[in-house]
Formats: sequence, structure tokens, C-alpha cells
Amino acid sequence: MIWEAISKLGLFPAFLWPPFIVPVEPGGVTIMKTFVNGLMSGQLINATLVSLQSLLLGFVISVVVGLVLGFLIYSSKWIEDTLGFVVTALQSVPNIVWLPLAILWFGLGFSSVLFIVVLGAALSITITSSSGFKSVPPIQIRAARTMGASGFQLFRTIIFPSSVPHIISGLRLAWALAWRAVLAGELLGGGGGLGTLLDMGRSIQAMDLVFSIMIIIGIIGTLIDHVVFLQLEKAVLKRWGLQSNTA
Amino acid sequence: MMADQIVLENIHKTFISKRNEPLHVLEQVELTIREGEFVSLLGPSGCGKSTILNIIAGLESPSSGQIHVNGRSISGPGNDRIVVFQEAGLFPWMNVLDNVMYGLRLKKMKRKEAREKAIAWLKKVHLGKYLDAYPYELSGGMKQRVAIARALVMEPEILLMDEPFAALDEQTRMVLHQELESLWRETGKTIIFVTHNIREALMLSDRIVLMKTRPGGIKKQYDVQAARPRNPSDSVLVHLEQKILVELEDEMEKVLREEFGIDYSLKKNNIHSDSRYDMGGYI
Ligand SMILES: Nc1ncnc2c1ncn2[C@@H]1O[C@H](COP(=O)(O)OP(=O)(O)O)[C@@H](O)[C@H]1O
Ligand SMILES: [Mg+2]
Repeated sequence: MIWEAISKLGLFPAFLWPPFIVPVEPGGVTIMKTFVNGLMSGQLINATLVSLQSLLLGFVISVVVGLVLGFLIYSSKWIEDTLGFVVTALQSVPNIVWLPLAILWFGLGFSSVLFIVVLGAALSITITSSSGFKSVPPIQIRAARTMGASGFQLFRTIIFPSSVPHIISGLRLAWALAWRAVLAGELLGGGGGLGTLLDMGRSIQAMDLVFSIMIIIGIIGTLIDHVVFLQLEKAVLKRWGLQSNTA
Repeated sequence: MMADQIVLENIHKTFISKRNEPLHVLEQVELTIREGEFVSLLGPSGCGKSTILNIIAGLESPSSGQIHVNGRSISGPGNDRIVVFQEAGLFPWMNVLDNVMYGLRLKKMKRKEAREKAIAWLKKVHLGKYLDAYPYELSGGMKQRVAIARALVMEPEILLMDEPFAALDEQTRMVLHQELESLWRETGKTIIFVTHNIREALMLSDRIVLMKTRPGGIKKQYDVQAARPRNPSDSVLVHLEQKILVELEDEMEKVLREEFGIDYSLKKNNIHSDSRYDMGGYI
């Protein structure tokens, strides 16, 4: 309501503060209209798909890399002291800082975006998974060892599944990081996608487009977090008996 | 006479404490256990009971000394010796049936066969109706039943139990004592049972190994020659309980004196309170 009122009062020109639903003059711009038109013309949909593709691919690579590094750090004190230290150090650098370097290495576009995503998400998964592996209750490990488990078999059958709740929360965090990294990367490093479109909207001063994109970004972020991760986390906590099942 | 199955010779164990000082937990432990015997290790907490059990299990190695099981020196955990812990140690993401099948699947047993064996054992511990339940849905006593089934399904020759019933209420514990005794009679396993509860030791064992502290080790051993199934009011048990209590009081006094650093002395006329049968919290 306030939004609409400000846009009608004409404090700002319509291209800087476009009305949401009701146009200022008949047939004028509104965010809603741009949003719908953008969806219809495929421009927004295409950009969304490009971003989601980077996100998914980057996330999958991050999970694999993160779990492997997490396992290595868990399995050897020596690797923990070296690699673990490097990972923690790298993680304290905001990943967008890597973008100039990534552009030098991979050029503008998809690969650079992917690099930024993997860097951010994989490091986060490495840290949460190795701490998850380390916090497996010793009693479970001793019980498995007394029944004959050892080495990688012990890891696969007990240590990994036992840390799943921990890892899932880590994945949820990594997913949010990855989504941010995709957009930041696209905004500055090109590659198509919502971030690039956002930058274009800024340069042609089409705030209606900019707002439409922001809405999509918000919706996708929230939707995936709530529909996928929150549900997964709930199910896992229940199954692992970590939540009082009063419900 | 049954053959000697487990032989500990001159076992010493020293831990390095957090402050980097050596902690001599076990000194010169000599213990021989025969096949099919039910032996309790009895003593106040901290005297090294779990350490001895873990050494026999192969989960810890002794600092020095020899340990032989069936004539062979051991170098790690083995399927012939399975441990049941105080905290059942079930795997929370597996249902009851999968928990019990876990060890069999490690041995690469076919799923169907493992399943049948697991179900048979779960029925023996009266959990036939809980195959699909998850550990968080079970009571403490039921969890221990699962842990016992999970150990016995492996058909170990030796069952090692580390205060398996200490966290349970009195009623549940009494029921499980009876069940354990009959499982033992049925299967003929060797059982080593760690406890700090004299009555529990008396009710279950053929032999009680009384332990001492600082340094930890074996103080005395008692054969329990009472008829089975055991009856708590059996005069043999009552008499033996008195004998063990006298020894324990010495030990407790020593512990308390060191703990408080003063000339602590137990009131001899106060020893009839029930709590002294349970040495968990230094009375
Ligand atoms: N891994 C370990 N590191 C250092 N000290 C230990 C370790 N395990 C046990 N201890 C110490 O050894 C002593 C005996 O422990 P334990 O065998 O568990 O006694 P009990 O089972 O009779 O209560 C205790 O003082 C305990 O603190
Ligand atoms: Mg103990």
C-alpha cells in the first residue's frame, strides 16, 4: 500500500519507483506487468533456468568435493593440520573476492560463476562434514568395532550415516551460500542468468525489471529452502531420533 | 573341568592423562576364565573394570603383559568376543531389525539368512513385535534387549558386558537378570560381566572377581556356589555378601580418604543402609 502510494505521489519518476500493480497512467509500467510479460516472453524464465543450472551443477560438485575433503580431514591428523588449515583460511575470504582471478583464469561467463559457487559451497561443506564425522558418539563406533567393522567400512556404515543430520544442516547452509554466489558471480561476471539480467536492468534503468528479478530470486531461495531442505532436515531429525516426537 | 579360555598374564595399563602425566590404571592383573563360566568384575567406579573388559575385547591394548583367548594372542576386536555396553549404543538411524542384522551383514551373510537369524534372536529377547521400531521409540530396558540380541546373533563364544543394566530401574533389571541367566544356561557362552552392584554380581555369577583401586587390579576372587536359578535369600549368597562387604569397606575407605585428603573413616555402625550395596557413587 505504502509502496503504491509513494509511486502515485510522483516523488520519484516511474522508472525509479514503479508501481506494483496499478499503473500511474493507463497503460504505464508496473512491476506486475513486467513480471508477467517477462515470464511470457521467456526472458525471465530463460535467465532463471540458466541461474538454476549453475546453482545445481555447482552444488552437486560442491557436495562431492566437500564430502571427500571432509573425509580426508577427518581421517588424518596430518591432513587436518595442513588442508584443514587452508580450508578455514580460504573460507574466511568472501568468495566474491575470487571473481577477478576466476575471470582471468576462465574468462567471463559460466565457468567463472561455477568456480565461485564451488569455492564457497564446497569449503562450507568440507568444514561441516568433517566436524560432523568427528562428533559421532564414540559408543556407536565402539559398538560397530566390537562387531567387526573397521577402516572405510566403519566410515561407510556408521560414521557417515551417523553424521547425516549434521551434514544436512551443512548442505542447507551451503545451498544458501551457493545461491548468493551464483547471483553475485552473474552480476559481475556475466554468464546469462538472473544476475546478468539484473545488471542489464540496472544499466537501462528499468527498475520494473530489476524488481521482477528480485522477486524471483527471493521466491526461489525461500521455496527451495522451505520445500526441500527444511522438510529433509525434519525428516532426518525424526528418523535419527534427535527431535522429541511430541507431534 | 572346562578348559581355560581367556588368560591374562601380568597385564599393566597406563593411560596418559590430559596433563600429560602417566595414570597407572591396571597393575599386574592375572586372570584366567574358563569356557562357559559366568564371571563378574566387581569394584567401585574408576578401578579399571571397563579397561580390563576393553582389553579382552581388543578395543584397548595393554601397556604390557600377555592376553590369550583360546590359546591365541589377540590383536584387536573379533567376532568371538562381543561387547554389550551400558549405553546400548544402538544405531539410531536403523530400525531394531537392521541394528541386529548389522554385524551379520558385515560378515557378508545373505540378507535373507541374516534377517531370519535376527528375528529369531529378537523373539528370544521378547522383542518380536518391535522389528520396525526405531531406537528412540524404545525404553531403556528394550534398548538393552536389542543390544543383547545384536551381540548374541553373532554367536560369539564370549559375551562381554560392561554394566549393561546399570542405567535401568530395579524392576527391569531384575527381569533382565533372569532372562540373562536363562540365555546363558541355554547357550553355554562365557560371560564376563562388569558391575559395581554386589547383589547383581551375586545373583548372576559363578565367580566374583573383586577389584581394588590405586593402583587398580584384582584384590580377591570368590566362587559363588549357590544353586541356580538364584534366589536372593539363599543363605550362601547372604553369607558371601557379608564377606565381600567387609573387603569392600576397606577399599571404599581408601578411595574416600584419597578423594578427600583427610582421615576419612566409614562409620562401621552405619553399614546396614541399602545404598552401600551399590558402589556407583562411592556410597
Ligand atoms: N582413554 C583414557 N584416557 C585416560 N584415562 C582413562 C581412559 N580410560 C579410562 N581412564 C581412567 O582409568 C581409570 C579406570 O577407568 P575404567 O576402567 O573406566 O574404570 P571402571 O570401569 O572401573 O569405572 C579411571 O580413572 C579413568 O579415568
Ligand atoms: Mg566402567
